[in-house]
Amino acid sequence: MKLDSNTYKFTDKGNLGNIALIVGIIGLAASAVGYMQDSHQFYFSYLVAFFFWISVALGALFFNLLHHLTRASWSTAIRKLTESMMSVIPFMFVLIIPVLLGMHELYHWTHEDVVATDLVLQQKEPYLNIPFFIIRVVFYFAVWSILTFILLKNSAKQDIKHEDSILARMRKYSAPGMMLFAFTLTFASFDWLMSLEPHWFSTIFGVYIFCGVFISMLAFTIIMVRYQNGQGAFDRIVTVEHRHTLGKLLFAFTIMWAYMGFSQYLLIWYANLPEETFWYLQRWEGSWRTLSIILPIAHFGLPFVALIPQAAKRNGNWLLMMAFYMLLMRYMDLYWIAMPTHSPEGIQYSWMDISTMAGIGGIFIWLFWRKYTSGAAVPVNDPGLKVSMEHVN
Amino acid sequence: MMELVKKIDRVILAEFGSSKELLQAAEKMRDAGYKEFDCHSPFLIHGMDAAMGLKRSPLGYIVFAFASLGLLGALGLQYWTSAVDYPLVISGKPFFSGPAFVPIVFALTILTAAITAVVGMIVINRLPRLRHPLFSSDRFGKFSDDSFFISVESSDKKYNEAHTAGFLKTIGGQNIEILKDE
Repeated sequence: MKLDSNTYKFTDKGNLGNIALIVGIIGLAASAVGYMQDSHQFYFSYLVAFFFWISVALGALFFNLLHHLTRASWSTAIRKLTESMMSVIPFMFVLIIPVLLGMHELYHWTHEDVVATDLVLQQKEPYLNIPFFIIRVVFYFAVWSILTFILLKNSAKQDIKHEDSILARMRKYSAPGMMLFAFTLTFASFDWLMSLEPHWFSTIFGVYIFCGVFISMLAFTIIMVRYQNGQGAFDRIVTVEHRHTLGKLLFAFTIMWAYMGFSQYLLIWYANLPEETFWYLQRWEGSWRTLSIILPIAHFGLPFVALIPQAAKRNGNWLLMMAFYMLLMRYMDLYWIAMPTHSPEGIQYSWMDISTMAGIGGIFIWLFWRKYTSGAAVPVNDPGLKVSMEHVN
Repeated sequence: MMELVKKIDRVILAEFGSSKELLQAAEKMRDAGYKEFDCHSPFLIHGMDAAMGLKRSPLGYIVFAFASLGLLGALGLQYWTSAVDYPLVISGKPFFSGPAFVPIVFALTILTAAITAVVGMIVINRLPRLRHPLFSSDRFGKFSDDSFFISVESSDKKYNEAHTAGFLKTIGGQNIEILKDE
């Protein structure tokens, strides 16, 4: 991989994209074999993997909306990187099709005989029914894709010739975009993850998932920045100062994740109502209990200590390690949310959990890298670029 | 023992034309070996800490230590009151019920951290200081409006009235004043 030092265009795209594509195809092919063996396991593994990877793209969409809305200057240098990450969103619409095909196995509110004997599910039927679920999926992806298209189109326009009106337009769309993002992400997390247990409800669940979404995106960005550091031209634009700021955000949202997760737990624990507590009791069964104890320590306690010193955020290798670690934690959290429905008696880790992650992840990284390397690595015409390059904490 | 109120007899004050000049002058002061000098500007100037050769503030570590004490204090307080001194059964929960204590532990940790940060900042900056030779200058008030200043205190090891004033002039200082504590 190499960057031209004047135009910041890629003269050598490296082989990350090709490797990712091969891994992706092998992963998806293996998962297809797994589907023949055990479709129930396949669908759950697929749902976790799908949510893990779309988190990165949705986090990037949020990051871009925030960038334009606040007229941030420091993040201009990594704007092309985050734009490329969100450009995968429309393709993820294709990848959600297996979830829709597997609805019957994933969500037991789709079973008519179950609903017929269950008063609560009958009351929830106006919301939790198959046609409306599909309409909502289409709606979420329409909103996310339109926002992505608007931002990408204006960004491409700016690459040809800069006009102040382009940034103004992006900012104008970001304001309602941010509200739409909040609603769609909240309801998408309700639909795709919370309705795995249709009796359970938690209004803070959307914010909890949002914190995870942003953590995923920050960790992925840190990894991609670190991957390109040491390539000469890139080092001049994205420096240790940008990584420091990304590290600060990662630290902050790790705390916010714990704050939301604990707020959800505290109210349910205190009220002690059976229709809410069963969700946590489920996660106290067998080996799930071990995971429930490890999760807050590993997802919050450890990174809190490991990221608090300034030196930790400025040390490239340490931050890179923490970014990989936080991605692993995001996977663990999603696994802990979704999988007890699949195997209530305890953790049953399957090879399909790995193959679906590799499959969707490979395709994701391939699409992301293809978009990123197609143009300049930075918005060269953006007047904020110079300020961003001189960013200090 | 740190001297809380340091006696400053004399201060040399020099005015500069712009934030850029101030930044360059600060670098030259640092390179010349001055330690007890300060820059005054109406707004924050990026890179000033490095230009003045300031070390990182120890405040972060102090805040962390006191916040940890706040955390332990809040846990201890709740343990003592609800499990030892006056145990009461509240909604069927154990006397020492961790989750219920967390909000108070959180709040007290934040409170001690915030108070330590403010008080620590004041102490480290040796504030409040009610008298200082700078206050006798008429021009100095402009630092909060449209002017940039460097002041050198007589406690500096390199302080030499004639020499320092001459040096400030060579690095671009104007309207040089020598101020005395009256």
